[in-house]
Amino acid sequence: MLSAVWQTLTRWYHQWGSPRYFFQYSGVLLRWLWPLAIVATMTGLVWGLAFAPADYQQGDSYRIIFIHVPAASAALLGYVSMGVAGLVGLVWRMKMADIMIKAIAPFGAILAAVALITGAIWGKPTWGTYWVWDARLTSMLLMLFLYLGVIALINAIPDPRQAGRAASLLSVVGVINVVIVKYSVQWWQSLHQGSTLKVVGETAMPAEMLSPLLISMLGIYLLFACTVLVRARTEIMRRERKSQWLKEALQ
Amino acid sequence: MSFVATVKRELLLACRRPAEIINPLFFFVMVVAMFPLGVSPKAELLSVIAPGVIWVAALLAVLLSVEGLFRADHESGALEQLLVAPTNLYLPALAKILAHWLLTGLPLVLVGPLLGYMLHLPVSASSTLLLALLLGTPTLTAIGAIGVSLTVGLRSGGILLALLVLPLYVPVLVFGAGVVSYAANGLPVMGLLAILAALLLASLTLAPAAVAAGLRISSGG
Repeated sequence: MLSAVWQTLTRWYHQWGSPRYFFQYSGVLLRWLWPLAIVATMTGLVWGLAFAPADYQQGDSYRIIFIHVPAASAALLGYVSMGVAGLVGLVWRMKMADIMIKAIAPFGAILAAVALITGAIWGKPTWGTYWVWDARLTSMLLMLFLYLGVIALINAIPDPRQAGRAASLLSVVGVINVVIVKYSVQWWQSLHQGSTLKVVGETAMPAEMLSPLLISMLGIYLLFACTVLVRARTEIMRRERKSQWLKEALQ
Repeated sequence: MSFVATVKRELLLACRRPAEIINPLFFFVMVVAMFPLGVSPKAELLSVIAPGVIWVAALLAVLLSVEGLFRADHESGALEQLLVAPTNLYLPALAKILAHWLLTGLPLVLVGPLLGYMLHLPVSASSTLLLALLLGTPTLTAIGAIGVSLTVGLRSGGILLALLVLPLYVPVLVFGAGVVSYAANGLPVMGLLAILAALLLASLTLAPAAVAAGLRISSGG
C-alpha cells in the first residue's frame, strides 16, 4: 500500500519534471486555477477592504493588512520554494527546476516590494513614519535584495541552462543564509533599541477580520501559482521552440 | 597533498605580484579615513560608529579583492585543467579560499585595531576587534568565493558579485560590529565571538562544496 503510494509520487515527480508533461498538464491545471485564484483574491480583498469591521484603535487604516500580509508571506514562501527548486535542480538535474526558479524570482521580488511599500504606507498613520529599521522590515528588505541578486545572476549569464543552474546554487545558498540573516537581524534589533512599536496588536484577531485575511492569503498564493505556471510555460516555449512536440501541442 | 601544493602556488604567485596584497589594504584604510572627513572628527561620535565603519570597510575590501580569486586561473586556462582533472574540487577550493584570506584578509585583521584607535574606539575593545576580524574575515572570503565561482568569466562580474554577496554578508556584519560595540561598552563578548566562530566553521566546511559546484556550473560542465 505504502510502496504503491510512494511509487505514484515518484512517478508524478519525474513526470512533472519533464517540460513536455509539465506543459501539457499545467495548461489543464491553469484552467481551474485561474478562476479559483481570481474569485479567492476578489472575495478576500472586497470582504476585507469594504465589509470587515474597522479596528477599534487604527480605524480603517489597518485594512492594508489584507494586501500587506498576503504579499509578505507569499514572498517568503516564494523564496523557500526557489530554494527547494534549486536543490531539486542540483540533485536531479531536472530541466523544470531551473525554469521554475526563473519563473518564481520576478514575481517574488514584486511581492517583497509590495510588502515593503504597503508596510511603509501602513507605518505612516500607525507609527508616524514611513520607515523604521525594525527587524521585520529589515529582513524583508534583505529578502528583496536576495531576490534581486538571483534575477541579476540569471540576466547576466547568456546561456539559459547555465543561468538556471547558477541560480539554483545561489537559491540553495540563499535559503540556508536567510535563516541566519533573520536571526542576526532580530538580534541586531535587540542590541540597538527595543522595539517601542508593536507590528501586530497583542490581542488575537477576531474572526470577522481573520477570515477575509485568510481568504485573501489563499487568493494571493493561488495568483502566485498561476503566474509562476504561466511564466514557466512561456519559458518552456522559448527553450523548446524547435521541438516537434511543442509545435503539435500548440496546433 | 594537492591542498598544500595549491596554497603554496597561490602564495608564490602573490609574492611575484605584491600589489594584489597591498591594494585591498590601502582600500580598507582609505575607506575608513573617509568617514571622519565626511561625518565629523568628534571623538564621541566616531567611537560610536567605529565598529560599523571598520566592518563595512573590511567587507567591501574583501568583496573587491575576492573578485579576482579565479580570474588569473580562468584567463590562463589553469582553471579548466583543474576542472578536467580527476580530483574532487573541494580541497583545491578550500586551499584557494585559505590562501586568498592569508594574502588579503590577514593584513586587514592586523591593521584593524590601528584604525580602531584612530577612530577613538576604546583601547579595551581593540583585542575584541582583532579577534572578531580574525574570525569574521575568512567567513567573508568563503562566502564571497561562492559568488565568484558563479560569476567567473562574466563581463559584468564586479557589480554583480556585490549584488549576490552583500545580502549574504549581513550576519557577519551584524555579529562582527555588534561584538565590538559590546566590548566598547564593557559587556561580555564570548557568546558573540562564539557565534562568529560558528559562522566561520560552517562557511569553511560548506563553502568549498558550493564553490566547486559553482565552478562546474560556470564552466558549462
